[in-house]
Amino acid sequence: MNWLIAILQTALFVALAPLLAGWLKRCKCHLQNRQSPPLLQPYRDLFKLFNKQPVVSEQASWLFIKAPYIIFSATVLAATVVPLIAVDLPTSASADVIVMVGFFAFARFFLALAGLDIGTAFGGMGSSREMTISSLAEPAMLMAVFTLTMTASTTNLSYAISHVLEQGLVLRPSFVFALFALILVAVAETGRIPVDNPTTHLELTMIHEAMILEYSGRHLALIEWASQLKLMLYGVLIANIFFPWGIAQTFSLHDLGYGLLAIIGKLAVLAVILGIAETLVAKMRLFKVQEYLGFAYLLGLLGMLSHIILEASR
Amino acid sequence: MILFLAYCAVLFSFASGLLALLSNQQQSLLALQQRYLKNPSAFIIHCLEEHHYPIFLRQVVFILLGLSGVFAVLAGLSVLISNTVVTDQLSLGLPWLPWHIRFDALSGFFFLIIGIAVGAVSLYGPGYVHHYKEQDHPFAVLGLFTGLFVTGMLLVLIADDAFMFMIAWELMSVASYFLVAFQHEHAANRRAAFLYLLMAEVGALAIILGFGVLASFSDGFTFDALRHAQLSTTWASIAFGLAVLGFGMKAGIVPIHVWLPEAHPVAPSHISALMSGVMLKVAIYGLIRFSFDLLDKIQWQWGVVLLVIGTISALGGILYAMMQPNLKRLLAYSSVENIGIIFMVLGLSMIFLDNGHPELAALGFLAALFHAFNHALFKNLLFLGAGMIHQQTHELNIDMLGGLIKKMPKTSMVFLVGCMSISSLPLFNGFVSEWLAFQTALQVDVLDNGVLRSLIPVSAAALALTAALAAACFVKVFGLTFLGVPRSRHSEKAHEVKDKGMLAATTLLAGLCFLVGIFPSVIISLINKVSGQLLAQTVVNDKAMSWLWLTPVQASAEQASYAPLLVLIGALIAGGVCYWYLRRDPEKAIRIAPTWDCGFGGLTPRMQYTSSAFTMPIRRIFAKAWIIDEQVDKDLEGAMNQNVAAVHYALHVQDHSWPWVYHPLERGVNHLAKQVGRIQTGNIRTYLGYSFVTLLLLLWVIS
Repeated sequence: MNWLIAILQTALFVALAPLLAGWLKRCKCHLQNRQSPPLLQPYRDLFKLFNKQPVVSEQASWLFIKAPYIIFSATVLAATVVPLIAVDLPTSASADVIVMVGFFAFARFFLALAGLDIGTAFGGMGSSREMTISSLAEPAMLMAVFTLTMTASTTNLSYAISHVLEQGLVLRPSFVFALFALILVAVAETGRIPVDNPTTHLELTMIHEAMILEYSGRHLALIEWASQLKLMLYGVLIANIFFPWGIAQTFSLHDLGYGLLAIIGKLAVLAVILGIAETLVAKMRLFKVQEYLGFAYLLGLLGMLSHIILEASR
Repeated sequence: MILFLAYCAVLFSFASGLLALLSNQQQSLLALQQRYLKNPSAFIIHCLEEHHYPIFLRQVVFILLGLSGVFAVLAGLSVLISNTVVTDQLSLGLPWLPWHIRFDALSGFFFLIIGIAVGAVSLYGPGYVHHYKEQDHPFAVLGLFTGLFVTGMLLVLIADDAFMFMIAWELMSVASYFLVAFQHEHAANRRAAFLYLLMAEVGALAIILGFGVLASFSDGFTFDALRHAQLSTTWASIAFGLAVLGFGMKAGIVPIHVWLPEAHPVAPSHISALMSGVMLKVAIYGLIRFSFDLLDKIQWQWGVVLLVIGTISALGGILYAMMQPNLKRLLAYSSVENIGIIFMVLGLSMIFLDNGHPELAALGFLAALFHAFNHALFKNLLFLGAGMIHQQTHELNIDMLGGLIKKMPKTSMVFLVGCMSISSLPLFNGFVSEWLAFQTALQVDVLDNGVLRSLIPVSAAALALTAALAAACFVKVFGLTFLGVPRSRHSEKAHEVKDKGMLAATTLLAGLCFLVGIFPSVIISLINKVSGQLLAQTVVNDKAMSWLWLTPVQASAEQASYAPLLVLIGALIAGGVCYWYLRRDPEKAIRIAPTWDCGFGGLTPRMQYTSSAFTMPIRRIFAKAWIIDEQVDKDLEGAMNQNVAAVHYALHVQDHSWPWVYHPLERGVNHLAKQVGRIQTGNIRTYLGYSFVTLLLLLWVIS
């Protein structure tokens, strides 16, 4: 039963990810006085790409063709770990939050390799920038998550969220730091403004797009879906770690439905905030990103230190 | 029985070294055979033929080495499984000082590491060494010193007195010096070998002094006597400091690592694999034996020292590795990083031990030994892979490689596994030890000391940064070496390695990397025996189906758990479903077309990113970590020098430790030598005066 719910929840994760991307796009369009595409447009795009014949460069090796599948499955696996509508999942026990960060690293490793595979300058540029940014963002993310895990004294996300729920509404300075750190990292890791621009096609500024320039058809669809999934994963992490209220603690139909509504509401609000931020802020220069991520790292560290110095019981 | 296996391992490696000496003795063997064997069998005659003899001898030498590896594995496993301690005395060495032998779980675990590495190398060796020309690079030298080197390492592990330990240690150091100097026709190699010998000897001096401090408080040089030495905290700390200096010099911690990136790349690849993968582990063994076993009480301050130098080494190592265009130098620097991680976790273990948390100390100890084991596997694999690349392309500069994934598909596959393991990606072994290291660091809550409580999270942050940088570094390595378009003619003309032994060796190591990543509990149960003997505490892992779950912290999934097999099954399902679903329609098969590249066209291999281009953002961000000498020269031409005809770019990245540590030291030594030189006037009367004064002084002392 538990396993069934875990699998269903993962399926829900995968199915809802394009919806979040569509909603985000809608919010941004409204804010920028543009006409927005329909809410379900991402699904249509994916469907269209899946039904196209992929064109692959003659320089490509097997790695280039297999990489989308690897990236997508690694991201899906990361999604199995994160509680979406219910806690106490068996999948959260088989892989904890460090493993989840490992899955992201796994996907990124292959994405960067795929960027280098064709031998174009753009691919190399994208890979180099992506690895640079992620090597600064990943430790910041771990620091932010460690603050949570040390408070709950478990690295199992399900138990950690339950712990936060049991404690009730307590204002912890460490959580404030960690929240901001995680938001900054999430923006950087999902390639949003001000770090990267998902809609850019100006070659010299792009990061994520530069790596996947050569992809087409179902390969491109898988990578696009994986990055939508990643955006949603970060959203759910922020929502459920810091504002876990509403998540189902038992597997009754009523609780699960309530949990689903809660998370949809939370994500919708987060997407609006992200949309506002993306409208207000301009993309920054590549070499400003280090300061941005250094700040995130510092916040994460401060969160951890303030937990240890101020909050931990002796 | 267990000891017999261990002795067999030592003897076989020694025999393989000695047998290599026969490589130029074909004529005398022929003469012997004609004299003593009236009816030689066809096999012997066949073996002694001119063409077959060198090949046959090489095979036999490496088979003996391989047997040594097999016996080392067997000995290690049997002592670990039976959980015993066996001791022995050999009447070798000086007459009143027999060699004391002791074979316990710690030695057994490192026997296991050496055995696996030596086994792989002996499979790999025959195919690799045959391209050395006999007159320039005699096999006798290579085989002899390889055998002695392995013998030395094995003897270090079973030594139970300081004398035998030092003899074995020196055997290991000196034999490996000759291996580093094997290709001595290049001045740079001779220089590297000399630097190595110098630092190895300085390190050995520190270790001798360390043993000396212990011995002066006890009645003998056997480890048993040293264990019972009653030291004050100060003296114990001095002994520990000397041990860290001595063993750390061999292990290659920053800033005493400089010999490592010089010496490891110039040795033949299978030797670099042994040096980087195994010899550094012997140094770790020495440190563990010295501090956890011989010194009777661990101080948490020592743990802090190890934690700090480990953190610096880990970060420094990976940052320096990132900037290297030479594949083997890069791998050598990455060893510095991994040794740094091992030191960090050992430090954590010491801190927890002295603060009264033996179960967490055992966890840290477990992480350290596990990482040592993993590093031996994947670093061996990567060095052997680098050897294969070098053999096929005669090139180690990754800016000159590229596109090898199509030319060398099997090599690229095993190398990819190595890169993924060292980048600590889930499902592979590197991840498990890193996971354990993080779990150890996250237990900081139990400590009372405020400084420690804030220091350990900072080092955990540094560990996270190190791991992320390592992933970036190995994306660079694999991406530039194997992917893309060939950057030079050498890599364009490369072929897959033909030799089955070389492929088998690397496949074996790659398979182990993966299996250990999926079933880490096997190794953990072995390490538990070690920590059971040394710390009298094991990591609890007694959940039902403990082979599947990794629950090191308090044996409950509520704290932390990781089930790699379930993750693997999940990955296979997720990947399989979407692969099968998307590939079922033959209408939508892949179409091959020229590279799009945003429609610009005119791509050449030189437009690809190079090593220095790939790491440019990181070089700019961490600019203070290196001494960067970047020069751009433009050749100008035309009227008023307006046109740029060519641009020359030179990048030179140097280690900070040279100008900050070594050059002042060198100047100091030179200065001192000059001062001493003043008393050498060259005048016979002055020397007579010195003798006279000395005589008077001595007479005065006696009376």
